[in-house]
Amino acid sequence: MSPMFYLYLSAVLFTLGAVGVLLRRNAIVVFMCIELMLNAANLALVTFSRINGNLDGQIIAFFVMVVAAAEVVVGLAVIVAVFRTRRSASVDDVNLLKY
Amino acid sequence: MSPTILAAMHTSGTEAALFWIFGPIAVLAALGVVFARNTVHAALMLGGVMLILALFYAAQDAPFLAFVQVIVYTGAVMMLFLFVLMLVGVDTKERLVETLRGQRLATVVAGLGFLLLLIAGIGNAAIRTSEGLANANYPTNAAGQIQSGGNIYQVAKLIFTRYVFAFEVTSALLITAALGAMVLAHRQRVMPRRTQYELMRERFVRGAHPTPLPGPGVYARHNAVDTPALLPDGSFSELSVPTRIRELSAEQGRRPVPSSLGSAAGSDRSSAEGDER
Repeated sequence: MSPMFYLYLSAVLFTLGAVGVLLRRNAIVVFMCIELMLNAANLALVTFSRINGNLDGQIIAFFVMVVAAAEVVVGLAVIVAVFRTRRSASVDDVNLLKY
Repeated sequence: MSPTILAAMHTSGTEAALFWIFGPIAVLAALGVVFARNTVHAALMLGGVMLILALFYAAQDAPFLAFVQVIVYTGAVMMLFLFVLMLVGVDTKERLVETLRGQRLATVVAGLGFLLLLIAGIGNAAIRTSEGLANANYPTNAAGQIQSGGNIYQVAKLIFTRYVFAFEVTSALLITAALGAMVLAHRQRVMPRRTQYELMRERFVRGAHPTPLPGPGVYARHNAVDTPALLPDGSFSELSVPTRIRELSAEQGRRPVPSSLGSAAGSDRSSAEGDER
């Protein structure tokens, strides 16, 4: 089976994640869609690694996972902090800088 | 997995079958993440996508990443998501009003355009053959002997030689993230902590129920928490049914007091039961 199909799947998942970030108003769901995009990028990296026959792509995917874990920790802490002050997890309510 | 097994897996249609069964499921689950009303459902769908991706990593000669995916993503990240979901409140309703006019239509159009662009780009890429990872995972010496223990050995070799600086920087990143999360989620106590004595005083001064609330009634025919307790004078105690259960009973159209109970338990019987309590 050609590994190209994995790349197409990765493109579809990445697009769905991007659409979710733009569509949803709940900060947690937006965050989950970002995770979906990161996962899609990882799938593409692993597939590239296989296509090129060396392991560097897998290493980069591994580092992406580490960075994603750190990002989730900080991002969710920000969401909790915002929820404490606003009693809301909606991205529309974080608009103080607008005025 | 030995090289021969891997080779057999690639020549047979196993991988294609795996892909065509789980690929569409992954896409459906991703759609679920984007469009599910309930946030918990979205989180579970995302967990499904991550598990399927782990399967695909395993199929693509990346067993190390497959395990890391399951442990880090579905194990740690998704649990953190669910934890924060429960903290923030699962039942916070998402407003479905468009803040910017025409945003949804624009998003769908932009998404489709982006997808077309990506697919056209992948289709145009001059990838004819796939090298496969058999050589990278199992390098041989001049005599043709396999010199490695497989993917995990080779990945470890790369991480601790060529990428060792990035690996060390990662540790700084993780420590910074942990400290940042602690600082962000920390709440400074503005008022001194109230002692048990003060709490007790406050409760008695307000005059509201210093004792525990009465338990729900348990009768011969109704043994349920939504059955209110009978008071000595034959009336029902609303306090004995927890508020949430009372709300649920009202939502489902059930009255908190079964009418049959009121007629069956006569005034003298109910008062007798009340005396026993």
